[in-house]
Amino acid sequence: MTTIPTAERAERGPLSTDELAARIARDIPPGSYVNLGIGQPTRIAEHLAADAGIVLHTENGMLGMGPAAQGDAVDPDLTNAGKVPVTELPGAAYFHHADSFAMMRGGHLDVCVLGAFQVSQHGDLANWHTGDPDAVPAVGGAMDLAVGARRVLVMMKLFARDGAPKLVPACTYPLTGAGCVSLVYTDHGVFEPGPDGVRVRETYGITVAELRERVSVDLLD
Amino acid sequence: MSATAVAATTDEAVAGVEDGSTVLVGGFGLAGMPFDLIDALIRQGAGDLTVVSNNAGNGDVGLAALLQAGRVRKVICSFPRQSDSYVFDALYRAGRVELEVVPQGTLAERMRAAGAGIGAFYCPVGVGTPLAEGKETRRIDGRVHVLEYPIKGDVALISAHRADTLGNLVYRRTARNFGPVMATAAGTVIAQVTEIVPAGEIDPETVITPGIYVDRLVRAEARRFTVQGAR
Repeated sequence: MTTIPTAERAERGPLSTDELAARIARDIPPGSYVNLGIGQPTRIAEHLAADAGIVLHTENGMLGMGPAAQGDAVDPDLTNAGKVPVTELPGAAYFHHADSFAMMRGGHLDVCVLGAFQVSQHGDLANWHTGDPDAVPAVGGAMDLAVGARRVLVMMKLFARDGAPKLVPACTYPLTGAGCVSLVYTDHGVFEPGPDGVRVRETYGITVAELRERVSVDLLD
Repeated sequence: MSATAVAATTDEAVAGVEDGSTVLVGGFGLAGMPFDLIDALIRQGAGDLTVVSNNAGNGDVGLAALLQAGRVRKVICSFPRQSDSYVFDALYRAGRVELEVVPQGTLAERMRAAGAGIGAFYCPVGVGTPLAEGKETRRIDGRVHVLEYPIKGDVALISAHRADTLGNLVYRRTARNFGPVMATAAGTVIAQVTEIVPAGEIDPETVITPGIYVDRLVRAEARRFTVQGAR
């Protein structure tokens, strides 16, 4: 197995949300069928090349989803998974919920990008419930996507607001899926979880040595 | 099923729903929500209901209004917590409504199974998570699956775009969502539509829900509600 050397970019700051969205967009192959999770991942759509032939799937029954609808174009019958009014692109298709999720589980969806509370070094994903007894648990389509999409990419900040790393040896929050994450894109770097630990592909605003100080996962050399 | 009946009013359409019923409610957020049938069900008075729907109400309308009226004992859904789900959130925190969270695709497939006469099915979603705890598992083709049982409704309330007098339904854009699945999965299926045309006026090639599934139809104006605070 060949090892790709880590691209360390400590001299620049961490990626902004827009830069991170653009970074992920660059890794989505032309012609892919893609589901962007609610919240920050929806911003990746703004960075997909118009001529790349990438088709967006939304879990509530549509392929060929276009940008958010503005003004008179708002149609209450046409929303994305976050219930935001959206538009349809030429060649769009509508289908019911059982079909929409058959597309996921059946392995027809090439890529999904999800937010996360935590990702473990083995690629376990926690993104639906903090376990707080006062929180109202809500899973939506996250478990179906985590299991079904051929590649599951995570878009998140590397550190929570309190400074705690979100890339962890083992998730302390309830899991969404086990061993399902292919790559983790964060403001401080791109990480590849695996059975032996995490390979650091790129860093932003931090060195690998500093990462070893701040995260407690096994970082592979 | 017997022939589809066209009701003159929404009150007539929901007549006879009994206390303790399991009610499948279409819609994803407010798209496809059968607002008028729910308002009629509130007037009709059935309570102690188990509601199966993707969400647990938005704002003060539709499913949120049914919850606010105190008619719902339990909600089975995938995503109760939203920007404007304050009615459900308050009832849940006060311990006045039960909640069963089901992954969205599993929710759809459990209803599909009920409508298709499937006794149960193995599904890989949720393995290793709290939502699979206590469920039977089986390794199939190297992958662990959990056994999921059908969800059958006593009643389904759905919204479609157009119908003909035989109950054939056409939907509009993403308001289709759970409608076609729920239409197969309940003892009495009640659909509100914005237009009812004579049989023969809908191109048979475009029918999404065939009339065999639909028991009662009623015409109601389209609403234009959108979810507040969605992002």
